[in-house]
Amino acid sequence: MTATRLLVVGNGMVGQRFLEELVDKAWPGEYDITVIGAEPRPAYDRVHLSSYFAHHTDEDLALAKPDFFTRHGIHLHLGEAVKRIDRARHQVETNLGAVIGYDKLVLATGSFPWVPPIAGSAHPACFVYRTIDDLKAIEARARGAKSGVVVGGGLLGLEAAGALKALGLETHVIEYAPVLMAEQLDRMGGEMLRRKIDALGVQVHTGKDTREIVTHGQGHKLRFADGGVLDVDLIVFSTGIRPQDTLARYGELPVAERGGIVIDDHCLTADPDIYAIGECAAWRGQFFGLVAPGYKMAQVAADHLMGCDNAFTGADMSAKLKLLGVSVGSIGDAHGRTPGAQSYVYQDDHGGVYKKLVVSADGRELLGAVLVGDVDDYGELLQMKRNALPMPAHPDTLILPAYAGARPASGVSALPGSAVICSCFDVSKDRIAAAVAGGCRSVEEIKAATGAGTGCGGCVPLIAQVLNAELSRQGIEVSNHLCQHFAHSRQALFHLIKVNQVKTFDEAIRRFGQGYGCEVCKPAVASILASAWNDYALRPDLAVLQETNDAFLGNLQKDGSYSVIPRMAGGEVTPEGLMALAQVARDFQLYTKVTGAQRIGLFGARKGDLPRIWARLIDAGFESGQAYAKSLRMVKTCVGSTWCRYGVQDSVGFGVELEHRYKGLRTPHKMKFGISGCTRECAEAQGKDVGIIATDAGWNLYVGGNGGMKPRHAELLAADLDRDTLLRYLDRFVMLYAQSADKLQRTAAWVESLDGGIDYLRTTIVDDALGLGAQLEADLAMLRAAYQCEWQRTLADPAHPSRFADFINSPAADPGLQYVPVRGQLRPAALEERRTIAIHRVED
Amino acid sequence: MDWIRICPLDAILPGGGACALIGARQVALFRPYADERVFALDNVDPFAHVSVLSRGLIVEHQGELWVASPLKKQRFRLSDGQCLEDPDYSVLSLPVEVREGMVYLPVQKD
Ligand code: SRM
Ligand SMILES: Cc1cc2nc3c(=O)[nH]c(=O)nc-3n(C[C@H](O)[C@H](O)[C@H](O)COP(=O)(O)OP(=O)(O)OC[C@H]3O[C@@H](n4cnc5c(N)ncnc54)[C@H](O)[C@@H]3O)c2cc1C
Ligand code: SF4
Ligand code: FES
Repeated sequence: MTATRLLVVGNGMVGQRFLEELVDKAWPGEYDITVIGAEPRPAYDRVHLSSYFAHHTDEDLALAKPDFFTRHGIHLHLGEAVKRIDRARHQVETNLGAVIGYDKLVLATGSFPWVPPIAGSAHPACFVYRTIDDLKAIEARARGAKSGVVVGGGLLGLEAAGALKALGLETHVIEYAPVLMAEQLDRMGGEMLRRKIDALGVQVHTGKDTREIVTHGQGHKLRFADGGVLDVDLIVFSTGIRPQDTLARYGELPVAERGGIVIDDHCLTADPDIYAIGECAAWRGQFFGLVAPGYKMAQVAADHLMGCDNAFTGADMSAKLKLLGVSVGSIGDAHGRTPGAQSYVYQDDHGGVYKKLVVSADGRELLGAVLVGDVDDYGELLQMKRNALPMPAHPDTLILPAYAGARPASGVSALPGSAVICSCFDVSKDRIAAAVAGGCRSVEEIKAATGAGTGCGGCVPLIAQVLNAELSRQGIEVSNHLCQHFAHSRQALFHLIKVNQVKTFDEAIRRFGQGYGCEVCKPAVASILASAWNDYALRPDLAVLQETNDAFLGNLQKDGSYSVIPRMAGGEVTPEGLMALAQVARDFQLYTKVTGAQRIGLFGARKGDLPRIWARLIDAGFESGQAYAKSLRMVKTCVGSTWCRYGVQDSVGFGVELEHRYKGLRTPHKMKFGISGCTRECAEAQGKDVGIIATDAGWNLYVGGNGGMKPRHAELLAADLDRDTLLRYLDRFVMLYAQSADKLQRTAAWVESLDGGIDYLRTTIVDDALGLGAQLEADLAMLRAAYQCEWQRTLADPAHPSRFADFINSPAADPGLQYVPVRGQLRPAALEERRTIAIHRVED
Repeated sequence: MDWIRICPLDAILPGGGACALIGARQVALFRPYADERVFALDNVDPFAHVSVLSRGLIVEHQGELWVASPLKKQRFRLSDGQCLEDPDYSVLSLPVEVREGMVYLPVQKD
């Protein structure tokens, strides 16, 4: 069999998706694939283009693994464009003069930004926003500029405005229509968005018709039809895209009236050997400026090429976006253009939320929706629309906030199995269910198994819902089981271990579990044993259960080195302490930084150096800060009444006391405390697991706050407490958390998971309704008595040096750790900066 | 095949790992049980290109033993280095011998 010569023109998002689909399904050698891409780099994630400004590397956006093309024997021509298709001869000609033959041709040329014919728009200070090279050019120009304008207030324009703002420019947006995002939003939704964007300091000018750009000495002047002008240094056009269909036009393939290469349901053009996919294609006269329909086309074309059945059946232009930090969602007929359509509107000017539902005349079907400021319901509404699910009796309940009354239980269980959950990868509810049946137990596992959620990411919340629904439907307990080795929740296991006086993992797994153990249960059981007995974490049988951070009492860094973070209770440090730290950092060449938790971190310590570093620090009076452990990290304080004009209590003194009281205690996840000397809250205590705020009468105690991935304000547990009462409540709170939370569950999630939430805690802790108080306090006292600085203990152990040595058979230091200078210190060398170390092959 | 003596078996904690240096090459040794079974893999995590695998936890999945990389938890089979998440990222496995309480690895030839 001779290989089919397959030629793909364009290596953008859709072209790349097509290649992945094809190599996945084809036999090796079935196709001899050539790809010609006009951009100088292989396909990248255009959807997240703006993030280029944050990291500045092509790799972070790259869509293909580095060896993708070589591994599959694909001939890749980058920086080369196809100029002409000779359909009769089955060959193409490139701008470099190459002539390449094909049996099958796939056009994936995307679209190009359309710039209106405005005088002056060709000036080098005018840009478009489509490629990495565009962004590089904008950034270079922005260096000497103070202000910029984006012409076009559609979704891409607002995205570009966000980028200009992030580059530090005074930013304007000009929109011709009376509202922003006129495609996706109705007038009121657009208004709400506009107000929010105004509030961010981006100046929005709607209803402005740009007529001319005049370049003067200092910059550029935009002249509008209404006589107004705007002076700026840099201009970005985002006035729409047009399908890149020139090849078809010259090759005499039909193009649609509004542009785009005409394709049928199999993505075939009028020529049976030529497919068109992605933004360059027009299906039933329409082209699609989103990636999900393009991905679907890629799949259809690959299937058709290989003789499998599949069809493109259109796509709606629903979208959920975060623009300049404002969430916006638009579904289906957002404007209510369907005859007889009725709408429901919810508007909250105070909270900046606008929601609209468009329903059919008989009220039975959802036609569209607009969401601004709160898009939590997007996934559910989209599914409702796509699957024509029945509407509840009062459709307005779908957009009213939860506190306005009972929400009808809808959710994913109502969806048919064929419902597409992830449109980027065309993954249905059935496929996710199958993945769950096949053993997937987390969103991560579903992502890996199905690809769902790995595109725009918009469907991830819905995947989680399907996962949970499936787990309970298939009778798999919504896994509070630790893992396959322990069919118990963490809480149950804690009690079994405590009541039965179990002291080792071997005994625990023999009596309450099965098998060998894994990366979930080993550290979890180690943590339970610690919360129950507070034994030395590096006792040999415990050491091998610990994650590397706990095993070496430091946080593993990306290059294999560790961080060193000594305790600085309450953020206090003496000048002598600082000097000692400075000397250690200098002698061991450690990168030094003030951490986000009011203390100093030293980074880049070799494993083998850790004992010597800590010996020096302990000599200077420091102790382990346990930045590596699931335990109390620190108590953040403000200067309080000692220094501050407004302070009413000694927040530093009390903070230091608290940090020493609870340090070392292992908990299901890390804990952070904050304590402020007055209501101004400079210690941000309400964002911590435990927050304490001074009042004239004592202290207010808040619990269950969180920063991090899902910030949550702590809730008031009790007010105006004196020191002793506060300590008593806190002992109970900490111990209850240690004993009953799930593995790796922060207090915020734990409080939310409790039936009754904060009220339950108040009854249990303050009112002691369950009579647990005394026991919890006693448990805590026992653990406190067992506290020891883990580093001090480790250094006292004669076996310690060999534990930490880089190699078991050599005193050498790991030559892989290499550093390069950055701002007067050292940072890990990137892969390409590392010196090669000769590697000899081991023959067997 | 020539063998080089690495360390006493007891130097590796049961359930734990250790890293051996042979020439310029770093080899991860794993001792899953309190007996003479020892496995050897290339120490370099192929995802991060960092020499750390010996510091991972030994874990059981699908009835087999793996090491979970301490960096991002991808798992590599102790018996042959195959990566559970993506076989394209598997690591080399090496023969090991334990004789009279000592661990041996094959000597490199130039
Ligand atoms: C070093 C530091 C950043 C810095 O340069 O300042 C840092 C570094 C890490 N943080 Fe953090 N976090 C640091 C302060 C914070 C803060 C700020 C604070 O404490 O006030 C937060 C938000 C507050 C909070 O936790 O509620 C924070 C929220 C997180 C989270 C998200 C937790 C969550 O509940 O959402 C993680 C991930 C996790 O723990 O699962 C994390 C995880 C990590 C890890 C452990 C990631 C990892 O596995 O490698 C980082 C390595 C620590 C290291 O190498 O020592 N870090 N991290 C800060 C160390 C503070 C210290 O002295 O101990
Ligand atoms: C800033 C930005 C944000 C976006 N955000 C979203 C979003 O949130 N959600 C969403 O769904 N979509 C979004 N999009 C749109 C999405 O990126 C596109 O839908 C997607 O990239 C289309 O893929 P494609 O392969 O059809 O086209 P492209 O990715 O544009 O790829 C086409 C490639 O073909 C090359 N090419 C063109 N002509 C030739 C030729 N003659 N010879 C060789 N090569 C040629 C081009 O240089 C280009 O590299 C965004 C786009 C941008 C620019
Ligand atoms: S936010 Fe925290 S976890 Fe993320 S990179 Fe910074 S230090 Fe690491
Ligand atoms: S819908 Fe985009 S990743 Fe699933």
